[in-house]
Amino acid sequence: MSDTYTLYNPTVMDHFMNPRNMGDLKDADGVGEVGAAACGDIMKISLKIREGRIEDARFKTFGCGSAIASSSMATELIKGRTIEEALNFTNQEVVQALGGLPPVKIHCSVLAEEALKAALEDYVKRHPEHAQVAAGAEPVTA
Amino acid sequence: MRNVYLDHQAATPVLPEVFDAMRPYFTEHYGNASSLHQHGLKVRDALKTARRQMADLIHAESEEEIFFTSDGTESANLAIKGVAYANERKGKHLVVAATEHPSVINSVEFLEKQGWTCTRVPVDPEGRLDLAALKAAITPQTVLVAVHHVNHDIGTIQPIREVGIACAERGVPLYVDCEASAGWLPIDVQEFGAALVSFSPHRFYGPKGVGVLYRNKRARIVSILHGGVQEGGRRAGTENIPAIVGSGVAAQIALRELPARQAHVAALQARLWKGLESTIPFIKLNGPRPGPERAPNNLNISTEFIEGEGQLLLCDLSGIAVASGSSCVSKSLKISHVLAAIGLDHALAQGNLILTLGKDNSVEDVDYVVETFSRIVQKLRTMSPMWDEFERGQIDSVIAPRGHGKSFSQHAADISGKAAH
Repeated sequence: MSDTYTLYNPTVMDHFMNPRNMGDLKDADGVGEVGAAACGDIMKISLKIREGRIEDARFKTFGCGSAIASSSMATELIKGRTIEEALNFTNQEVVQALGGLPPVKIHCSVLAEEALKAALEDYVKRHPEHAQVAAGAEPVTA
Repeated sequence: MRNVYLDHQAATPVLPEVFDAMRPYFTEHYGNASSLHQHGLKVRDALKTARRQMADLIHAESEEEIFFTSDGTESANLAIKGVAYANERKGKHLVVAATEHPSVINSVEFLEKQGWTCTRVPVDPEGRLDLAALKAAITPQTVLVAVHHVNHDIGTIQPIREVGIACAERGVPLYVDCEASAGWLPIDVQEFGAALVSFSPHRFYGPKGVGVLYRNKRARIVSILHGGVQEGGRRAGTENIPAIVGSGVAAQIALRELPARQAHVAALQARLWKGLESTIPFIKLNGPRPGPERAPNNLNISTEFIEGEGQLLLCDLSGIAVASGSSCVSKSLKISHVLAAIGLDHALAQGNLILTLGKDNSVEDVDYVVETFSRIVQKLRTMSPMWDEFERGQIDSVIAPRGHGKSFSQHAADISGKAAH
């Protein structure tokens, strides 16, 4: 592949071509689906949560290469984190872990953050006992 | 891996004959056409030959009606601004089709900021110009009508002869953008009744860096580039002689081979669409069906529930080069204005691909594309929440509605909090 040019860096291309955690979770504890008003992409993240910690995460994305890579990377990063930690997750972490995204594609990583937070909100709604943890964290920004 | 190039609308390979013709004009015949010595006179002669070859391709009366520019964008800028400025005292109104190329639309927008007004004539869902609306749009202040021959996105062939007659009746010059048709469809500027016509040799196996603008002698135009008196004073700047010489040869070969090229790509176009349509569910052809109303080399497709850039990237990784009008591909994050003008649902515009065939594509290429693309669609649909939600009846198909579930656009608006554009 050395003589092949790619639109994105090798990490982004890898997550686009071989996405991690693609799919849905049976009996998910929280599901978030969000759309990007900017471009029309749609992202869905499902979470399995055990004892306040994200045990498993899956994504499905209708969107471009960087949107697919962003959701793949986001699900990789958040596995094992506590709800509190996950509520403080930002798109910058996705961008960094992917080794950067073109400026026009940064909004794809924002969509991943929003999908994750929507899934956490869904979880908190289903488990009000965790509302305290959620309230203590930074507010979810859309 | 097979390599299939399906972006001939963007660029074509330079023919060996064309390259051979260009080579001596870099190293031996390097003179400037404005020079009065042997070196200059030699290239001046070559320039005249190329002008004649261009005139022949579009059946212009005289080679003196051919101007060389740097590309299609410059030709469009010169046609629109050059005519507008030359006729400023007559009126400041323009009429264009809503689906013109950005070089036309953006030139018009530039003039609108300076006090001109413009009527954008709508098109039907397959991109055909509303002829009655065009006729009604022409006023005594109209100084130019611009309608493309073939649409650059969706391949629709416009009724140029009828447009030409309407313009002639009102005494308004007609500019026809032939960038997507030259070399692939016969062009007769006299039959068109066109005052101005533009096209680019890099679309028919000539080099980049040359644009052609035909201007009927009766049409008034002023220069928009100021400098020397090259190109009859209408386009200042040193002529790109090697590229112009090569372009002339490309035009000559295109004229000779046009019937064969046209028949070849038309057969592949029909096979490709038939293959895609029968293999992939929920796929739509944008623009007219292959036939007399569509350019023979273009297919513009929308595949539902998946996005265009992902399709493009996976095609590229399989050796297939295509283009897309999806918002994710554009730097402005907006869908192609042509797809918006034909009223295409946003969900379908997002899943858009543009495939343009060429003379070197084969039946094997087409079959490989059908087989590979159907696998790509399956892969992306597996990853798409929309496909899953469609299968579960939560959202409905735009292409073949099943009557249950909300529309994609409604769903997208619900979860993003804003309407999709």
